[in-house]
Amino acid sequence: MHRTGELYGHFQTMEQQKDSATLGMWIFLSTEILFFGGLFLTYTVNRHTYAAIFAECSKSLDLKLGGFNTVVLIASSLTMAMSVWSAQVGKKKLVTLFLILTLFLGCVFLGVKAIEYHAKYVEHHIPGLPFEFEVGSDVATNAHAQLFFSLYFGMTGLHATHMVVGAGLLVWLIRQSLKGRFTPEYNTPVENIGLYWHFVDIVWIYLFPLLYLIDRH
Amino acid sequence: MSTSSTAPVQTLPREHYLNATYGIRSWLLTTDHKRIALLYLASVTFFFFVGGIFATMIRIHLLTPTGYLVTPENYNKLFTMHGVAMIFFFLIPSIPAVMGNFLVPMMIGAKDVAFPRINLLSWYIYLIGGCFVLYSFSTGGLDTGWTFYTPLSSVYSNSAVTPAVMGIFINGFSSILTGMNFVVTIHTMRAPGMTWFRLPLFIWAQYATSIIFILGTPVIAITLLLVGLERMFHLGFFNPALGGDPILFQHLFWFYSHPAVYIMVLPAMGVVSEIIPTFARKPIFGYSFIAGSSIAIAVIGFLVWAHHMFLTGQSTYSALAFSLLSYLVAIPSAIKVFNWASTLYKGSISYDTPMLYALGFIGLFLIGGLTGLFLACLGLDIHIHDTYFVVAHFHYIMVGGAVMGYVGGLHFWWPKITGKLYPEFLARVAAVILFIGFNLTFFPQFILGYLGMPRRYHNYPPEFQVLNVMSTAGASILALGYLLPMIYLTWSMRYGKVAGPNPWPATGLEWRTDSPPPADNFHVTPEVDWEPYDYNNRPDLGLAAPLAPSPAPAHGDD
Repeated sequence: MHRTGELYGHFQTMEQQKDSATLGMWIFLSTEILFFGGLFLTYTVNRHTYAAIFAECSKSLDLKLGGFNTVVLIASSLTMAMSVWSAQVGKKKLVTLFLILTLFLGCVFLGVKAIEYHAKYVEHHIPGLPFEFEVGSDVATNAHAQLFFSLYFGMTGLHATHMVVGAGLLVWLIRQSLKGRFTPEYNTPVENIGLYWHFVDIVWIYLFPLLYLIDRH
Repeated sequence: MSTSSTAPVQTLPREHYLNATYGIRSWLLTTDHKRIALLYLASVTFFFFVGGIFATMIRIHLLTPTGYLVTPENYNKLFTMHGVAMIFFFLIPSIPAVMGNFLVPMMIGAKDVAFPRINLLSWYIYLIGGCFVLYSFSTGGLDTGWTFYTPLSSVYSNSAVTPAVMGIFINGFSSILTGMNFVVTIHTMRAPGMTWFRLPLFIWAQYATSIIFILGTPVIAITLLLVGLERMFHLGFFNPALGGDPILFQHLFWFYSHPAVYIMVLPAMGVVSEIIPTFARKPIFGYSFIAGSSIAIAVIGFLVWAHHMFLTGQSTYSALAFSLLSYLVAIPSAIKVFNWASTLYKGSISYDTPMLYALGFIGLFLIGGLTGLFLACLGLDIHIHDTYFVVAHFHYIMVGGAVMGYVGGLHFWWPKITGKLYPEFLARVAAVILFIGFNLTFFPQFILGYLGMPRRYHNYPPEFQVLNVMSTAGASILALGYLLPMIYLTWSMRYGKVAGPNPWPATGLEWRTDSPPPADNFHVTPEVDWEPYDYNNRPDLGLAAPLAPSPAPAHGDD
């Protein structure tokens, strides 16, 4: 594959190359929706069946840390959007700055998530390990509580995996941006990784109420 | 066969994609869609033989009522591994990844797919997934059925389930990336003048298939991931003993795995839509209906999954709705068959090898499709559910349909891929052997199923032996029908006659460049100013006057 400037040889124009990359990212994100969709469906079915226990389990999550993380992630979406804007108007230093801020906020989110996971480990709320849940000690309730926490770790774990991938992409973007590669004419990678980052944020916007806010008034 | 002494002597182009670069690295690190297609061809052929060996052992085992070859436990493993190898590693990637990769850019006049490196990545992902599955096969095997129903797969099975589901999970991303690549390529890489309604119908079929890849595959991926987690950490998503719902697994599984059937058969329909007008020397009848019906099958195909679950105790109204929706799929399928028949009507038909496969496809798909209606019928399904009737039905679709389309397409585009012609007479004989062998193998299974022989059992009552022996005999003929093309196609790569750019002749863009094509596909970017399949109006191909005798296709034995 030979390349002239930023244009790969199998494309005719920069516009065609940009359209392809953007459409490809949107299609990839639609597969991601279906990928998370299977988990959301499993959650919905079980929450419907075991509504009372799911509500109890939800109360054991740390609302303050979860809420803080939600704010952090929304802020990171803002900084990501700002870096796309900076690239479009050609402010090269601002692109780098906002990308670094986004990466920082993403890391804060993952750090807080690790603290929350550790708390669950201390409380023996991790399914698959020795498991205890305070409300109701009978076998069935215990099993249904484990279902909630399996879904909690499954959904937030998959989300966190996407965050880690996103952080890796940001590191690559920052390196390219430091080389001054992104200009008003060519900034597709910033825009597309931005799309991915926003998608991962939106998943959290759904996860937070579904997991933390059941039966909290 | 025919003796057209006026045919010009063809020579191979001096430089083409096969000799543009040399060495093992030039293949393993290639981003050329044509070379990636050949990498896929080699790997899906390998898995076809893996699955074929299991099939052979199944048929030998069922020669006698008590079972001939293996223990009941090993019989469970045989049919499971046959299904997993054939479905996930042969049928699903076969036409899309081999012919789709080779043809999608060529048919639309592009230099490559939109994302050549992702294209190569998807082949490596396929290989990694394949290694996981082969590891599962060779360390204890797999006995859950290809459907991985829980809690058998997640709790009770003692076979190597975890590496197998991980392998299929990984392999899914190969499908997703291929689907994404094709959709983007078809949207953004078309040559000037190649409008949507000038696209070859094979492209429409690939587009519809890609939609299923994109929207269906992630669901099976997350489902099998959950099964794997459940098995490794003793979680309860689908385990009723822990409050989980095994029926939920079946819904999620079939949400992908029913549309997956259309992943297998839609591209084959695309191949048939290319072959039939070429050898009937007529424009295709009802172009827009065939194109639209591909999309319709992909869309409706997503709404029928629970017809696999009529006997799970789902509500009557749900079963009713899924039964009616399943009947609906028959409409776009029938539209295709009627349009192919209308294309043949008053055509000047020549029975070349690809045409034999295409005609075979129509007949076998018709039987497979109509018996599908039996199974979509609620009352009748209770009688024939989980019997050999179902086995025969889906083999008529997957082998009679998809594999006939695949082998037919391989013959049709072989001259383009290799630049050589295969021996025509031998190829026609092989096509007939394949057709006879297939029917002898699977038609008796319709009768067995109707008489009540359940699928997946390692033994059967003695009165079913005659039909089972017929089926096994048919399978050995079928095996010959597959080995012959393997041998003569390989032979022709070295010794076949040089094909020339357009041996049939056909109207598609891919036939307007050298065979084998140059690395960039076309010497100059083509500009399309003609309608598709315009066989009545192509003086450049000698097809101008319908009344004059058309030029005979070039053959390897001429």
